[in-house]
Amino acid sequence: MTTRVGVVVYPGSNCEHDAVEAISNLGAAAELVWHTKTSLAGFDAVIIPGGFAHGDYLRPGAIARFSPVTGAIESFARSGGPVVGICNGFQVLTEAGLLPGALQKNRGLTFLCTTVGLRVESDGSVLTRGAVPGRVLRIPINHFEGNYTCSRATLDELRGGDRVILRYEDNPNGSVDDIAGICNETGNVVGLMPHPERACDPLLGSTDGRVLLVGLLAAAPVRR
Amino acid sequence: MVEVRLRPGIADPQGATIERALPALGFTGIAAVSVGKAFRFTVEAHSEDEAGERAEELAHRLLGNPVIEDSFVTVEVPV
Repeated sequence: MTTRVGVVVYPGSNCEHDAVEAISNLGAAAELVWHTKTSLAGFDAVIIPGGFAHGDYLRPGAIARFSPVTGAIESFARSGGPVVGICNGFQVLTEAGLLPGALQKNRGLTFLCTTVGLRVESDGSVLTRGAVPGRVLRIPINHFEGNYTCSRATLDELRGGDRVILRYEDNPNGSVDDIAGICNETGNVVGLMPHPERACDPLLGSTDGRVLLVGLLAAAPVRR
Repeated sequence: MVEVRLRPGIADPQGATIERALPALGFTGIAAVSVGKAFRFTVEAHSEDEAGERAEELAHRLLGNPVIEDSFVTVEVPV
C-alpha cells in the first residue's frame, strides 16, 4: 500500500508543491489539504509546509493556529500520527502549542536564504529515525523568523528528553543552543526551520534531505 | 487597547538596531529602546470589567504570544 501524506495548505503557504514533489519522488502519495478541512483521516503522515500562512500577519503561524485544519492536525498528532512542520510549519506548531518555544526574528535582522550544515543530534524522531547522529546534512534555509527561543526550563526538558533533533553547525539566526529542529515527547511531532524537501534532487545541489523524508515515510505505516 | 511587549530577557534586535541608529540621527541620552505592538478595538460588554476580561482573553489567546510576550490591556469607556 502506498503511504499517503497530507500536505496542509493555508492561504499564503507557498512550499506545498515542493513537498508534494519530494514526497512523490520518494514513492509515496502526497495530497494537498486546504486549511478549512476538519479531518485528516486516511492520511499516514502530515506535513505543514513553508511559506507565509495568512501573510505572517500578527505573528507567523498565529492565525493559522485557528484554521479548522489545525484542530485536525492536533487530533492526528495526539493519536500518534507523524507530523512534520517545515519552516512556517514549525512556526504554526509552536503557536498551536504542539511544540514548545517560539520562533523570533533572526538575530542579524536579515532574511536568510542559504544552504547550511545541520548536525543530526537524535534519531528518536519520526524525521530523523533513519539518520545517523553526528552526521552533517547540507540543507537550505529560507527565513526571517527562524530564531528559536524558549525558556531555560523548556531547554532543559528538550535536552534531557533527547528532543533536539537537529542543530546548526554554524548558527545563522541566533537560535538558542543552535537548535534547528525539535520534536515532542513521543517523537511524532517534529518542527524544523530548514527545508529538507529542497534537498532531495541532485539538480538542487544536495540530496541530504532524502534521509529525513524517507525516515518520515518509514514512520508512517506503523499507524495502520 | 492592548499593548504587547517582548518579555524581559527576550532578545529585541529591532529595538537594539533603533537604539544604535539614534546618535547618528542626533539623538543622545536615549536608551532601553524596545519595540512592541498596540491593538485597538471595541468590545461590546455590560460593564468595564467584562470588557476588560474579554480583552484579556483575546490578548492572551491571540494578540500576544505568552512564550515571548506580555500583554497589557487598557479599557477606555466611550464618553
